[in-house]
Amino acid sequence: MPLHYIRASARSAVLRGSIAAGVLVLGLALGAGSAAASEVIVGLVTKTEVNPFFVKMRQAAEARAKEKGVKLIARAGKFDGDNEGQVAAIEDLISAGAKGILVTPNNSSGMLDIIKKARDAGVLVIALDTATDPADAVDATFATDNFEAGVQQGAYARKAMGDTKAAVAMLDGTPGGTVDTFRHDGYLKGFGIAEGDPSIAGAAITNGAQDKGQIGMENLLSKNGEINAVYTINEPAAAGAYAALKAFGKEGEVMLTSIDGGCAGVRDVKDGRIAATVMQFPYKMATMGIDAVVEYAATGKKPSGFVNTGSVLITDKPVDGLDSKDTAWGLQNCWGD
Amino acid sequence: MNTATVYPAEAPRSLKARILGSPSAGPLLVLFGFCVIFALTNPRFLATHNLSIILQQTVVIGALAIGQTLVILTAGIDLAVGAICVLGTIVAGKLANLGYDPVLSMGIAVLICTAAGFAAGGLVSGLRLPPFIVTLGILGILTAALRLISEGGAFPVRDPFLAWTGNTMKLGGFVLTYGVLIMFILYASVWYLLNQTKWGRHVYAIGNNVEAARLVGIPVRRHLLSVYVLAGLIYGIAAWLALGRIPNADPNAMQSANLDSITAVVIGGTSLFGGRGGLVGTLIGALIVGVLRNGLTLAGIDPLWQDLITGILVIIAVALDQLSRRRR
Amino acid sequence: MPAGSRIEEPSARVVLEARNVVKTYGHVTALDGVDFELRAGEILAVVGDNGAGKSTLIKTLTGAVRPTSGEILLDGVPVHFKGPLDARHAGIETVYQDLAVAPALDIAANLFLGRELRAPGLLGSLFRRLDKKGMREEARRAMGELKFRLPAIDNPVESLSGGQRQGVAVARAALFARRLVIMDEPTAALGVRETGQVLQLIRSIRDRGLPVVLISHNMPNVFDLADRIHIMRLGRRAAVVTPKTHSMNDVVAIMTGAATA
Repeated sequence: MPLHYIRASARSAVLRGSIAAGVLVLGLALGAGSAAASEVIVGLVTKTEVNPFFVKMRQAAEARAKEKGVKLIARAGKFDGDNEGQVAAIEDLISAGAKGILVTPNNSSGMLDIIKKARDAGVLVIALDTATDPADAVDATFATDNFEAGVQQGAYARKAMGDTKAAVAMLDGTPGGTVDTFRHDGYLKGFGIAEGDPSIAGAAITNGAQDKGQIGMENLLSKNGEINAVYTINEPAAAGAYAALKAFGKEGEVMLTSIDGGCAGVRDVKDGRIAATVMQFPYKMATMGIDAVVEYAATGKKPSGFVNTGSVLITDKPVDGLDSKDTAWGLQNCWGD
Repeated sequence: MNTATVYPAEAPRSLKARILGSPSAGPLLVLFGFCVIFALTNPRFLATHNLSIILQQTVVIGALAIGQTLVILTAGIDLAVGAICVLGTIVAGKLANLGYDPVLSMGIAVLICTAAGFAAGGLVSGLRLPPFIVTLGILGILTAALRLISEGGAFPVRDPFLAWTGNTMKLGGFVLTYGVLIMFILYASVWYLLNQTKWGRHVYAIGNNVEAARLVGIPVRRHLLSVYVLAGLIYGIAAWLALGRIPNADPNAMQSANLDSITAVVIGGTSLFGGRGGLVGTLIGALIVGVLRNGLTLAGIDPLWQDLITGILVIIAVALDQLSRRRR
Repeated sequence: MPAGSRIEEPSARVVLEARNVVKTYGHVTALDGVDFELRAGEILAVVGDNGAGKSTLIKTLTGAVRPTSGEILLDGVPVHFKGPLDARHAGIETVYQDLAVAPALDIAANLFLGRELRAPGLLGSLFRRLDKKGMREEARRAMGELKFRLPAIDNPVESLSGGQRQGVAVARAALFARRLVIMDEPTAALGVRETGQVLQLIRSIRDRGLPVVLISHNMPNVFDLADRIHIMRLGRRAAVVTPKTHSMNDVVAIMTGAATA
């Protein structure tokens, strides 16, 4: 018997076994989540599955959907900037018959066509956390006013530093991202300087990640040892920056501030590593989003415009003229634990 | 001296043996199996517009996977697929937005992608560097270059020609984008090259046994170079398809395209050791990934299951390849 | 393909000849004025101890090495090969010890590897389409003529035994050689039974009129197959003998310098 035939039959035996295994896995998965046909379906498309902010948002949406008796289908991009993944997710959700889609758009201009398609198909589309550009591409936006949050961060830093001459390091997220731009510009406004101001000592790209925040801070400190104020896009970047500052023996002298309100970040504020952070409220975005879709399904009424879900300055060293809450309040309201 | 015995030639391989032995038989069964399951769980799955959407979602990775297949068939690997394709979208979008003729802009973008393939192929064949390292290096260089060219940000590309591949047409009640059509044309043309021409046969020979290819007089280096150049050209065309999908040039896009395209190739039954497999399998592999993602969403299942099942399929595919290699 | 009848007379035409070929690498002399003569229709074995210059001689004949001095003549005409491709174009095919086949490709594809036929007409000239059917038929015909037993021609080479694989490589050389075939230890990687298959194939090639140069360490094989035996020693031709006039012991004695012819 030629070897070839032996191989072919062995191969097909293995193949049959593996297909059976695959079908079994899938069958289990399907059993876990089959949907009744008449249910109201809400889609949630977040940026990534790895960021605790979006995990919190998703958990809150799941809880609210259960309360309201609607079905939530959650999808996410694979990485920051995965436009194709988000577009495909919205396409699939339209196919699945979703009544409303809550989306945190990665790159706002990349999503416009598919959002329009969804709305044309009668789907309510609400942007969570990140506005689209133009903002009226979606029915409504439930988000932190990131510019305002940036202003809060910048204003705190400026006031807390008193009259000290500033040398500011900007630890940005991913250049070109909408949130990134709003927070960055807001910080500068709050700090009272313009882009290109000589007191800006330099900028680094962190992708909102701790390791890159650390590297960026190290490089900026090597370039300019005078740095005494640090803007960070989020708390992981701030944690990285703190590690670098500590290595340079400058951790006590630098006004390190951040945005997010993750529990780890709030603890960093409590422990004095970060001077202040600006908390935002992902669970509010999610629950408000679910409520809006439920209302739309029942009455046909759509929300509209920008709805600020709020931002709160968290610090244990308040300054005059700026509202803030202490870390005890912050730890009760934070996300990500 | 022995008396020479005349042996009759054995019968050609039977049709059944051919089909079972064909490397795309397994993937096709898997694809079919998933389609049946999804159709049973949610009738919407088989709606023509949903099937059309799955095809549209497969366009970019499907096209990139053609180039990836070519490179893997020569026992190489291409980690720069996504970066080269994004380079194409940014160059074309930038030039068109600056007011240059859109056809010219796209042409230049495709040329630049081809040149990137030429650079990779030159380093692999000329300096005999490992493809893994060369393409990893090109990935790094391009990622940085893209940030510089685009000044960090994504920008919309509104030119109708650049976005043309996203336009739809009707094909017997089935709505398709031109991009889907172009992807199929790419598959058909490269399939022809691989299976019906000397060039393709030499691709397999090099991937199979590079020493033998050299000994029979195949110009191995030049041939390898041509493979990478063709792959680059395909990535350039994929950039046009990507602009049709999302009329937006984003330096941060397609970070997972390397692994996604390799996944499609591997699930499709092409061996990472080179010389075995082919484009039919790759197309099926790309469709399996698309069908899984779409079908699970329609069934209302956590999308993490998609990654899990894809992971299992990749391991099964590689294990089957290893098993059959060990038997040889 | 030449289809002449077998010529056995010692006075047969000389196909390939080397005259006083010297090859030095710096101070090392690999070939020290060697002569070589392959006649039409014969199997000429080349034997010698390691370092006797066997493989350098063969490399000069196949164009892989350029001699420092001396002459090589093909059918009486001086030739100057710049590389193995030149030798091949001149009608000399070489079979190597390592299996020079692409395992996943089928038998027909391997036989025509690097020399594929294109389909007739526009399909071939414009669309560069392979003539797969033509190659399969030609491969079947050639294997039939060589009386070499193989499974169906569209089986992948990896489904064959080692001997059958080497058979494919040998058949490829026979199919394309116009003047002669050189075999460099073609059975070194094979078992006894498989060796027998390949030896039989080498005989069929000779019987079809192509002269064969066989480099081998295996004395029984050499004595089984060769018409004449060219013995190398210290970079020169020590003797040319025939299996009829000399024993294996005689040949080994000449190889080691213990005796002269």
